[in-house]
Amino acid sequence: MRVSRAERTANYVILVGFAMFALYPVLTILAAALGPDDTGRATSSVLGLHPGNFSIAWNVGHFSSYLATSVLVSTTVVVVSVVFSILSGFALGTMRFRGSTLLFYAFLVGIMMPSEAIVVPLYYDLRTLGLTDTLWAVVLPQIAQSVAFGTFWMRAYFRTSSRSLVEAARLDGASTRRILWSVLVPLARPAIVTLTVLVFMWTWNEFLIPLVMVTSESLRTAPLGLAFFQGQYTQGFTLLAAGACIVATPVVLVYLFLQRHFIAGMLEGAVRE
Amino acid sequence: MAQRKSAGPPGEPRRVAYLYLLPAFLVYAAFLLYPLVRSIQISLYDWNGNTLATWAGLDNYAEVVTDPALRSSFGHALVLVFFYAVLPLVIGLGLASILNRARVRGLAFFRTVIFLPQVVAMVVIGVAWRRMYAPDGSVNDLLRAVGLDSLARGWLGDYAAALPAVGFIGTWFEIGLVTVLLLAGMGQISGELYEAARLDGAGPVREFFAVTLPSVRGEMAVALTLTVIAALRTFDLVYITTRGGPGLSTSVPSFEVYNRAFQQGRVGSAAAVAVVLTLIIFLISVGITRVADRDSR
Repeated sequence: MRVSRAERTANYVILVGFAMFALYPVLTILAAALGPDDTGRATSSVLGLHPGNFSIAWNVGHFSSYLATSVLVSTTVVVVSVVFSILSGFALGTMRFRGSTLLFYAFLVGIMMPSEAIVVPLYYDLRTLGLTDTLWAVVLPQIAQSVAFGTFWMRAYFRTSSRSLVEAARLDGASTRRILWSVLVPLARPAIVTLTVLVFMWTWNEFLIPLVMVTSESLRTAPLGLAFFQGQYTQGFTLLAAGACIVATPVVLVYLFLQRHFIAGMLEGAVRE
Repeated sequence: MAQRKSAGPPGEPRRVAYLYLLPAFLVYAAFLLYPLVRSIQISLYDWNGNTLATWAGLDNYAEVVTDPALRSSFGHALVLVFFYAVLPLVIGLGLASILNRARVRGLAFFRTVIFLPQVVAMVVIGVAWRRMYAPDGSVNDLLRAVGLDSLARGWLGDYAAALPAVGFIGTWFEIGLVTVLLLAGMGQISGELYEAARLDGAGPVREFFAVTLPSVRGEMAVALTLTVIAALRTFDLVYITTRGGPGLSTSVPSFEVYNRAFQQGRVGSAAAVAVVLTLIIFLISVGITRVADRDSR
């Protein structure tokens, strides 16, 4: 398409402007985290940067513990809900049975539904069962939410991809289990990777469910830990910024490597967020 | 979704399907469907979370309409819809059509950068913007640098400015999502349409309204669904930046649910707010999807 030089220049100016706007808040935090401590605490500097802030936040701010909890919670939610979603998506996508449409719509409800809709009874019912302030209360509701999206996502994939392949494998005498794990799953790898990164991101960043379910400091996830740290540590911004960097980094790193999956997944399938 | 017989899944009817569905459905039913039904049940009672609940009928729902605090929280959500959905859509349309018109270099990089806010935890975003909105933060520095000293203030502590300030964070957050979504749609418009428009002597503006805009109506609907729902669900951001204050000036429905259920011991009322909010979100998702479906047919 022909575009004049002036228009082209103006376009670049606009684009660079918006890119800077998008990055600025992120860079604010990064710069503050690497800067000299603003409460006067002495930290050693390397080339004018102060990476020591991270180790102070890591130890003094207990971010090592928050991060460990988050890793445990995300890993559990991702592994369990991806496996369950492959199984249920396989059933809904490739098999005919009574009630399949009804079940599909039941899962669809969970995609649109906000956490706010269930968090109140979840807390009080789990409290009755003595499960609040345990990781079960953080993990199980998030598996339920992820399984709703995952079933929808894997069903869509299995429906479009595999009819003749399933027929052929069945004629060869392959069992249903073998068809799924040796034929379909290897082919579905891109869809499974997308599902994995989305569930990881949603679980890592989830705030309301851990906020409501957990009271012990040792069970706080990374975002929850950061929120409490902000409330308690009011002098200065340096350590808060370092903590914020620690909380954001895992998802941002995965995003930088697998951004195609993030963008495709959130645009095609993300009715949930 | 009416499906013809041949469009259904292949193979004979299979009982084993239930076995495959069982694990997912059990967790889903126990931790999502059941609590959803319980929300509706609790919303019909007056309950402080500890002592015995008393039947309240639809009183909690009447309160959603009559209680000034709740009414204003839904009003605030509407303001957030403007900032989360309308503004990003307008800006995103502009940005995407610029990118689509001039094949600029570095498009992939730009897309990565502008989409980045979507993957950063809302708590981190809240921490960053709280700093920028502080009386000595960079927003005020910028205003002073361009001579608008009179506008400088502690944005999140100001009764009139706090809600738009929170909303603007939403605008920042959603621009990338909307732009990337629209860009994908515009990439599919056939070049012939633009050629034809140009032969008719259309400039960039006419071209935008005659060709680009009608072609991305489906993408606009998806963008609106995602962003409107995000606006209505806002919780993390308000919790981190303002806790609903100053006064009640940034209180939103999700925050009222949390506040009532876990701070004020008004569990029934909290459940009623949650149910109303969920219904609104369902209606909007279904409504916008319907409109988009009709367009694409």
